[in-house]
Amino acid sequence: MKKSERNKELAVITYIFLGIFMLLMGYFVYFNVFVSEEVINSPYNARQDVFEDRIVRGDILTNDGTVVAKTEVSSDGNQTRVYPYGNVFAHVIGYASKGKSGIESLGNFSLLRSHAFFLEKMYNEFKKEKNKGDSVVSTLLLDVQQTAYDALGDLNGAVIAIEPSTGKILAMVSKPDFNPNEIDNIWDSLVSSEDSTSTVLLNRATQGLYPPGSTFKILTTLEFLRENKNASDYTFDCQGSLTKDGVTINCYKGSVHGSVDLITSFAKSCNTSYANIGLTLNNTKFKGLCESLLFNQKLPFELPYKKSSFVLSKKSDTSEIMQTAIGQGKTQVTPLHMAMITSAIANDGELMVPYLIDSTQNYSGVSVKKNKPVSYGKLLTEKEAGIIQEYMENVVTNGTAKTLAGQSYQAAGKTGSAEFSNVKGESHSWFVGYANKGEKEIALAVIAEGAGAGSEYAVPIAKKIFDSYFN
Amino acid sequence: MVNIIVEASKYLIIIFFAVYAYLCFSVFSNRKTDEDKAAIFSGQNRLMFFIHFIANVDILIKSENKEIIIFYAYQVILLASILILYRFLYPKASRLVVNNMCMLLVISFIMLSRLSLDKAQKQFFIAVISMIITLFIPFFIHKIKYLKKLTWIYGIGGIFLLAAIAVAGRVSYGAKLSFSIGGISIQPSEFVKIMFVFFVSSMLCQSTELRHLIKTTIMAALHVLFLVISKDLGGALIFFIVYLVMLYVATKRPLYALGGLVSGSFAAVIAYFLFRHVRVRVLAWKDPWAVMKGEGYQITQSLFAIGTGGWFGLGLYQGLPKKIPVVEQDFIFSAISEELGGIFALCLILVCISCFIMFLNIALQMKEQFYKLIALGLGTVYGFQVFLTIGGVTKFIPSTGVTLPLVSYGGSSLFSTLIIFAIIQGLYILRQDEGENNDRSKKEKRKVKRTKRKDEKVRKE
Repeated sequence: MKKSERNKELAVITYIFLGIFMLLMGYFVYFNVFVSEEVINSPYNARQDVFEDRIVRGDILTNDGTVVAKTEVSSDGNQTRVYPYGNVFAHVIGYASKGKSGIESLGNFSLLRSHAFFLEKMYNEFKKEKNKGDSVVSTLLLDVQQTAYDALGDLNGAVIAIEPSTGKILAMVSKPDFNPNEIDNIWDSLVSSEDSTSTVLLNRATQGLYPPGSTFKILTTLEFLRENKNASDYTFDCQGSLTKDGVTINCYKGSVHGSVDLITSFAKSCNTSYANIGLTLNNTKFKGLCESLLFNQKLPFELPYKKSSFVLSKKSDTSEIMQTAIGQGKTQVTPLHMAMITSAIANDGELMVPYLIDSTQNYSGVSVKKNKPVSYGKLLTEKEAGIIQEYMENVVTNGTAKTLAGQSYQAAGKTGSAEFSNVKGESHSWFVGYANKGEKEIALAVIAEGAGAGSEYAVPIAKKIFDSYFN
Repeated sequence: MVNIIVEASKYLIIIFFAVYAYLCFSVFSNRKTDEDKAAIFSGQNRLMFFIHFIANVDILIKSENKEIIIFYAYQVILLASILILYRFLYPKASRLVVNNMCMLLVISFIMLSRLSLDKAQKQFFIAVISMIITLFIPFFIHKIKYLKKLTWIYGIGGIFLLAAIAVAGRVSYGAKLSFSIGGISIQPSEFVKIMFVFFVSSMLCQSTELRHLIKTTIMAALHVLFLVISKDLGGALIFFIVYLVMLYVATKRPLYALGGLVSGSFAAVIAYFLFRHVRVRVLAWKDPWAVMKGEGYQITQSLFAIGTGGWFGLGLYQGLPKKIPVVEQDFIFSAISEELGGIFALCLILVCISCFIMFLNIALQMKEQFYKLIALGLGTVYGFQVFLTIGGVTKFIPSTGVTLPLVSYGGSSLFSTLIIFAIIQGLYILRQDEGENNDRSKKEKRKVKRTKRKDEKVRKE
């Protein structure tokens, strides 16, 4: 009794120290269990290379279980990376030599680690045989990817499809493409700057910057809705062109739309009406809206991408204001970004962070880690999303994307023809949209370079993808 | 064949060390008789030599350097000598503390041999010299009765050394830490730590009146101040905490400790805004990834090492610990974690905790206030330093650049830690004598126990 009284303070100190030691050990365990995975995946972790000596690089699978990248080991121990679908998955799966790209880069560390049964692993190590690395299961769907690849055909451009409720990327195609099986042989010709095909390695879906054309009218409409409470009362008499301060904006191929309200302007993609709307908008607020929809911002995406830009300001002149309102001007976007905006609209305003790796599993299929969908937050309110959805549905029923009407699924979207040169009539063909059938939903962005009107080229490509996904 | 050995040894080392760490704690179980304990301690010795042997086979195979064989033999001689000499010269010393001391040295020799044989040999040489010197310390603690009267020699001497280093020290990694005498670099603050504990113990055991406390506090503050001037932040923090702990235990007033803690936090905030190198450390701690190529390089490399090593480690020579700057010193824990594994690293923390408990345990048992405070002070120095270094390299707290006692490379650190361990042994021996002279009731209890045990033996027979 007396002794414990005398030593109370010592006991307190002992317990405090034991407490902080427990915290330290707890943190160490926490780090190893929850944090280290992300840390060691960093491309700056030089230790990844150490693993290549001990592990046979794992497979990459589509979400439906088809192997799209594997390593074959010949009897003399030589390893070759094989891509059974060749060009179809070129950019999105990427390549694993000559630096790494695509999912090969994203999932590099998982592919180089083995979660095989530990006795089997020990057995292999004893035999001095390499263990088989884990498989990476992507979010991609073989059919959708193949359809998108075929539908784009010989045209240059990109297709990206996302599941709006999760952010899973279902397809990602970029053309011109390359055969990843040949990467070591064609590398030198691909990277030499004088070669005309030097942009082959560029993933246009994420790194291609294009003028958005009429697809940008989604954002102009949204800003007009925010600035005008009774936007539905808007009417405009389209004479086929609008001239202000010596600058003339024409409707596509000289169409005259007559008296139009907002929803009809959107459905018919009436340039004259939108140039008129643009002139009424507050440029600063417009820029604010665009930035809240991730223009001039970093995108929540793990692979290399380009930032979209929107530069309208107080100082912009009439010409730039009118051009910007119809998606020309200096605005530039990536297909990825447009697909994300479309996906958020389809998902009632909430953007799900787009991702490519669904899960990792050991080579025999036992799950190691499952990636869960992550919300980025609301890009627009549910009410706004509802209105834009209605407008986009109207484009299919009454507007420029009638090809998509009357299908087993409900489609909605916006077409675009983005002029990219001074030569009249040369334009990129755009379509952004989504479709659903019951619970199943898909959002996408399609761009076909230099093809012409969106309704003629991009919409049929989208239709093929929708058909393949729903049927 | 080589692979079988290397792979199997990786797991064997983990298993043996886990058992060793377990025994550090299971030995305190009430049901254990003295014979049981002796068996456990001998078991720990065997485990240590197993680990030492296996790891050196690994190192030999991987480095293919035949020098390892001779170096290994020298190490075995040293370790065996320590164990035998302690048992014969000081049969009353704590065997657990001796075992842990040797175990930590073994880990140090293994890791340093793997990282740099040259440094390992230097470390070994210092260990030999230090062991010879410190072997006499328990004897002196026992014989010299006027240790507590040398108050101002400790105090003034310590401040003098720290002031000298602040003025004339050599700068390394932004801090002034060392002198160079005759080609040997010495870090006086490692030794001043011990003098400081002696000074504070001797002051506080004389009296805990306010005037006396103020005098003591001013002296303590001067120590800390000179360390801050030398930019030795880890050192300053250790002195500060040690003083607060000793003050609290000696005065039994939590308010003093709390007041000290609050004013210390204020001082830390001021230091943050005043000194760039403090801000850099905090910055590198908060988000090392943002400054990965600059201030955060060391800590991110350390986290790569620990993370990549995982629970079972990559195996000796299988990782890239040399990517971490100053890995042999402040970041040795990361190298251990990378190559020997997270489980091994956790067990290492447990062994350090076991040492700390033994230090505070002797403080608990000492009757004389002076010795009690010394055990407490040295225990705090040890425990807090372990926390600072491991917490720092795992990014639990900002890195302060202190070494892991007995494991990190560094002569002064090794020597001073061996002194601390020897002092603690001296106190254990002192305590046993105290017990034999004074504590009659205990003796009687022991008698009862002994007869009981005899009865049991008789029955068994």
